[in-house]
Amino acid sequence: MEFETVIGLEVHAQLKTKSKIFCGCSTAFGAPPNTNTCELCLGMPGVLPVLNKKVVEYSMKMALATNCRINKMNRFARKNYFYPDLPKGYQISQFELPIAEHGWVDINVEEQHKRIGITRIHMEEDAGKLIHDEHEPYSYVDLNRTGVPLMEIVSEPDIRSPEEASAYLKKLHATLRYLDICDGNMEEGSFRCDANISLRPIGQEEFGTRTELKNMNSFRNVQRALEYEVRRQRDILLDGGEVVQETLLWDANKNITNSMRGKEEAHDYRYFPDPDLIPIVIYDDWIEDMRNTLPELPDQKRVRFEEELGLPGYDAEVLTASREFADYFEEALKHYPQAKKLSNWMMTELMREIKGEPSAVQSCLVTPENLGALLTMIDKGTISGKIAKTVFTEMMETGKDADTIVKDKGLVQMSDEGELLDIVKEIIAANPEQAADFKGGKTKLMGFFVGQLMQKTKGKANPKLANELFSKELNK
Amino acid sequence: MELHKLTIHELRDLLKKREVSAVDATRKVLERIDSVDDTIQAFITVDHNKALKQAEEADKLLQSGEGGELCGVPLSIKDVLCTKGIRTTCGSRILETFVPPYDATVVDKLNKSGAVTVGKVAMDEFAMGSTSENCAYRIPKNPWNPEYISGGSSGGSAASVAADECIASLGTDTGGSIRQPASHCGVVGMKPTYGRVSRYGLVAFASSLDQIGPITKDVRDCALLMNVISGYDPKDSTSVKRDVPDYSAALSKGLKGLKIGIPKEYFIQGLDAEVEKAVFNGIDILKEAGAETVEISLPHNDYCVAVYYMIAPAEASSNLARYDGVKYGYRDSSGESLQEMYRNTRSKGFGDEVKRRIVIGTYALSSGYYDAYYKKASQVRTLITEDFSKAYEKCDVIVSPVTPTPAWPIGEKIDDPLSMYLSDILTISANLAGIPGMSVPCGFSSKGLPIGLQFQAAHFQEEKLITTAFNLEQHLDLSPKRPEGL
Repeated sequence: MEFETVIGLEVHAQLKTKSKIFCGCSTAFGAPPNTNTCELCLGMPGVLPVLNKKVVEYSMKMALATNCRINKMNRFARKNYFYPDLPKGYQISQFELPIAEHGWVDINVEEQHKRIGITRIHMEEDAGKLIHDEHEPYSYVDLNRTGVPLMEIVSEPDIRSPEEASAYLKKLHATLRYLDICDGNMEEGSFRCDANISLRPIGQEEFGTRTELKNMNSFRNVQRALEYEVRRQRDILLDGGEVVQETLLWDANKNITNSMRGKEEAHDYRYFPDPDLIPIVIYDDWIEDMRNTLPELPDQKRVRFEEELGLPGYDAEVLTASREFADYFEEALKHYPQAKKLSNWMMTELMREIKGEPSAVQSCLVTPENLGALLTMIDKGTISGKIAKTVFTEMMETGKDADTIVKDKGLVQMSDEGELLDIVKEIIAANPEQAADFKGGKTKLMGFFVGQLMQKTKGKANPKLANELFSKELNK
Repeated sequence: MELHKLTIHELRDLLKKREVSAVDATRKVLERIDSVDDTIQAFITVDHNKALKQAEEADKLLQSGEGGELCGVPLSIKDVLCTKGIRTTCGSRILETFVPPYDATVVDKLNKSGAVTVGKVAMDEFAMGSTSENCAYRIPKNPWNPEYISGGSSGGSAASVAADECIASLGTDTGGSIRQPASHCGVVGMKPTYGRVSRYGLVAFASSLDQIGPITKDVRDCALLMNVISGYDPKDSTSVKRDVPDYSAALSKGLKGLKIGIPKEYFIQGLDAEVEKAVFNGIDILKEAGAETVEISLPHNDYCVAVYYMIAPAEASSNLARYDGVKYGYRDSSGESLQEMYRNTRSKGFGDEVKRRIVIGTYALSSGYYDAYYKKASQVRTLITEDFSKAYEKCDVIVSPVTPTPAWPIGEKIDDPLSMYLSDILTISANLAGIPGMSVPCGFSSKGLPIGLQFQAAHFQEEKLITTAFNLEQHLDLSPKRPEGL
């Protein structure tokens, strides 16, 4: 039997506001425990939340960027449950009336275009953190993270493979980064993902029993965990068994999923509207104001790169997948207006140096201007393409510009015909046998002669000129 | 001079003229507490040193001609309002050791006005109750007869004012908790419009119903305190951005043209004959003073108690979740697991009535029941609010008894929660609708217990309440004003 995979994703994005969602405390990561807290974070008796307007605005931006309908009247609800990292005994979230609903994003998987629906986007507060020390008979509570604003983005069950899941996540991630509303750091937990996954026989409309996957803190882990879960569920179903509805944790070391609890606890969160917060009313002109602040988004940029710069679709996709990479490209383009050549260099040489992590380009020591200058030197024949790669590696390490490195190391290409001709003659004189063979038709030996020349000139000889000179001299 | 027996305005005048000092007044009040509170049992915490220190500061301000309206005036504060550095128990064991690191906004306003806090007064645990018998520490007695309840939940506030153990007090009202004890103790109490006074630092019972208000010896003092505590607070999203009028200015207005609505649904079966007589006597006096009466109807009034006992416990079940033994207050660590710690802490830390309401509220919010209970109650609440809007098209002020009966003996209803809940029937609707309500003394029962009259007005029409109440107070001129022989 053939199965179809059905996946829905819930993404929690931590919003990049300076202060928390309901008080003035800092959201900075890594402060000493319980220092970014106040009576509100600590759930003291009598305190009241006051909504941070920025959280609403950031959520509106994401809603607009993902084609959602903004609910002009939305409100907060309390999600009630007991846990020591939740000081009030309830989380302030949104339930019946979230800020936005019914949106979509487009993804591309193996040249196939696909639209993934977004069910809803809502705002909520993060909980604190428990720290367990197995050598001590108690646990510690750190409430710095309590009240850090989160945006939850829930997809429709439109995703049909782990690859699509990964592409969808990357699209959301890029969009958040373009909007500059979330730093997207998965390891610090500012971009988290839970997945619901089920299998059903192809052709069947009804969904199969789903499991929920948690604890996947990288794109790679999400894809691997989903791939594992597809295999696990398929094996169960092929054996005639039944998938148990449960929450599973991904173990990235063992590459398996583990059941979180023996039996699924039926949580009743007793949601009800939070009486401490008045409904949020969003007027049309506020929405328009937000729309006007939207930057060019990944899809728009990709289309522009293709249409205006004539780049192939693949290049445009790679260049725009991260805002930093795209910004770098556009900046470099100002200094070196040959889009395709620049794109080639960035997708190969630069991408290799930043280990395939496009957003890492922001901390790279080579400025876009310096990269432009380097490529201009190749075009002008000042250095060869090969030398340029060495120069680039050094630029990445030292941050020096190409001109300085080339001058310091005397790497300027030898394009002086007279100077090169002497050496060419020398080499021919020193290798009479090869010269004779060449004349006899073994033209492949050209490589040998040019190689000798490069050795003698430490690679600086202009290769085109070298070829010309050898042809001329050897055919005399 | 018996300074403790003065009203705010009487004492303030003496203080401003420097005929007496704030320290004198505070000493007198503290002495009064020391001599009568063994009987009255109004105070959970009295901080003599802190009070005297505040009084000294107030004297300095008074000396230099500074200081606000309340400068040097000794007040008591219901133990549900957070006071920085002074234990705030909410009448509960679970907060026995809780000392807030911050002041409630109203406390901050009192402090800025130069008021002296003599202590924190008793109340039903987390303001849940109508007699203050649900206090984990002490049961405040009715100063007119210590065998009788002082009312609740702000029983300590009303008793301390009536017994002259303070000049005035702040209480809170979720379903009548200011108006009812004020009525039982023969003093003046006002529940302002929801949103008029900041709730920041008021330990929440039912957030959409709670409101802080004054309990005072006369209507003039009520206006004075309202001037100090009212206003928008950026720390409370439910407080309203609206100018605060000078409530004292409403005192000098007459009743000519004022329409008083008499809701037929309020004069119900079970209404005590003496209460009814005293209330109608009050209405007659208002008519003589120029007011007109008009019969009105509040058709959904029958549902008030049911709606209230869905919404208030639902909100309470969530508001009280934070008392889990993890961060502050009482913790029972005898168990082995986290679940046991929660269970033991909350089982022992909370009293019966609080637990009863947590259970009701948790049930009302449960999945599968939410629509039938909480949601339906919220819808009916809207209808109740609309009843009032319609009524205020026909009248300015609605008059009624505060409670169906005068105070009853301590212990009489404590094992009968349902009849206790029904005693709130006349005060609850103001909280559901968010409108202001006020209780003013209008007579005595044959047993010598005070009877109160309730005025309610449309949102933010507190001035109309003050005008009406002041006229009644002046024309009625009840005697004695406060219990004698304490």
